[in-house]
Amino acid sequence: MELIYEKSVPGRRGVKLPASDVPSASALPEGLLRTEPAGLAEISELDLVRHFTNLSRRNFSVDTNFYPLGSCTMKYNAKVLENTAALFAPFHPMTALLPGGEEFCQGSLGMLYDLGQMLADITGMDEVTSQPLAGAHGEMTGILLISAYHRAKGNRKKYVLVPDSSHGTNPASATIAGYEVITVPTAPYGDMDMELFRQAMNDEVAAVMMTCPNTLGLFNPHIKEISDIAHSFDALMYYDGANLNAIMGKVKPGDVGFDVVHVNLHKTFGTPHGGGGPGSGPVGVKKALIPFLPQPRIVMDDDGVLSLETFRPGSIGRAANFFGNFGIMVRAYAYIIMLGREGLIRVSEQAVLNANYIMERLKPFYDLPYDQTCMHECVFSASRQLAHGVHAIDIAKFLIDRGFHPPTVYFPLIVKEAIMIEPTETESKAAMDAFIEVMIEAARTAGSDPQALLDAPLTMPVSRLDETKAARELNVCCLV
Amino acid sequence: MSIYFTKEHEWVKVKDGIGAVGISEHAAHELGDITFVELPAIGKVIKQFEVLGAIESVKAASDIYSPVSGKVVKINEALNDAPEIVNESAEDAGWLAWIEISDEKELQSLMPREQYDEYLKTV
Repeated sequence: MELIYEKSVPGRRGVKLPASDVPSASALPEGLLRTEPAGLAEISELDLVRHFTNLSRRNFSVDTNFYPLGSCTMKYNAKVLENTAALFAPFHPMTALLPGGEEFCQGSLGMLYDLGQMLADITGMDEVTSQPLAGAHGEMTGILLISAYHRAKGNRKKYVLVPDSSHGTNPASATIAGYEVITVPTAPYGDMDMELFRQAMNDEVAAVMMTCPNTLGLFNPHIKEISDIAHSFDALMYYDGANLNAIMGKVKPGDVGFDVVHVNLHKTFGTPHGGGGPGSGPVGVKKALIPFLPQPRIVMDDDGVLSLETFRPGSIGRAANFFGNFGIMVRAYAYIIMLGREGLIRVSEQAVLNANYIMERLKPFYDLPYDQTCMHECVFSASRQLAHGVHAIDIAKFLIDRGFHPPTVYFPLIVKEAIMIEPTETESKAAMDAFIEVMIEAARTAGSDPQALLDAPLTMPVSRLDETKAARELNVCCLV
Repeated sequence: MSIYFTKEHEWVKVKDGIGAVGISEHAAHELGDITFVELPAIGKVIKQFEVLGAIESVKAASDIYSPVSGKVVKINEALNDAPEIVNESAEDAGWLAWIEISDEKELQSLMPREQYDEYLKTV
């Protein structure tokens, strides 16, 4: 397919404007004006529409196909949520920040306030800031809150403990916030090794970052014990909420000892994900950490009137402009209201049921290194197929030919040739059965005709991509 | 020249108090195509098993831990432009850094080749 620049014809226009009959005036000083034209594609409106329509038809999304990308929770988002966000589009984000402006946006502030209350209820926290713009941003905000808490108490802390099954962003966030990371290995039962955890704990540990259920899709039965041990050293418990989709309404992280939580609205609460984003990673905290929350905070007086608290000593400052990704929060708010308490519980039940269904049906065909009831995702290993020279990546490419987005491969890192499948709650049994059949076909083909897998995909405009060229030979340039 | 390995799959070859450090062929193979090697600064003083650098591949980003304590005296600049050398020759041309070893007794906590080969059968 040609690039839009290759379709460009000099002088061609979508709209021809009449010649200007007023003197032109420059809005910018001479020195700031460009000396050459901007190099935009020159194209008719029809060619433009065809170009982007055809591009969009090559797009692969959850709106077109099953997308069981483990750890990412690519659930279907109801279109009505888009409509709710559009309702708020006319409101100017500065309104609340103008003197006296709060009076004119009680509805918008109320939506944010209520969403914070609902997320606090779901996670067992006391207050939520909506500012962080994504999951990892939430992690960094959360660790900065923990750091502020320890500083205020005069604690000297140096380390953050992270299990080796954690999301890669956990150690990164802790490092960016100034801590050294201690990685705790996973035990054969599929979660942080309790003995090694006890050995690693000391008075200089600021926090323990846990993902629960973890990246193997397993719920940690020792979580309360881990919290108690951490608290005995005045270390705080951080909950990476990326997998909250599995436990909503069943377990509140706050009830099992977590002090700080981030949630991914774009994973759990029905807002766009991936290239469609943007994301949103609100952070909830227990009471002891409220003084350090980002500003402005939305506070309610005794008459139910909302206002902004814009300065409080001790706050870590702003985490993002305005209140975070507001439009995303509208969608999440609508999602929670539409489903209600019972609906959210069913979301988690269905997500877990679907993952276990796939796990049980594929178990005879793929190795399952941690063979136990899973939560919202299951992690297989292609080690059996490796004996025939077939890797997880080859199975992934084969699935593309059959119309499925591949599962996550090679993550979590602790599973060799990992294939991580997360069907989410929005898929029907029929959709999962179709996927399962193709996975079984892939396993059989690995034994009978491994070359067929090594040659896949055959149906795409390009087959195997050079996965290293762009990283090794980074060369960013302008085509025109 | 004797070679010693860590459980994290780094190696060190020692000659005249200098240790050449890299990752094992097994590690390079497991990582897949390597796209970027983050090397330490020359002069960096490092303790045994502290993070020396990092390697990114198409599959993962991994920290590299120093098999010995000491001072970094030389780094393999060729890896900046051609990280694939680590894939092609992990235990020779794909070395990462030279470290002036401060305590050769630490080598006793590492595995000689035969012991590392046995260890690989268990992972």
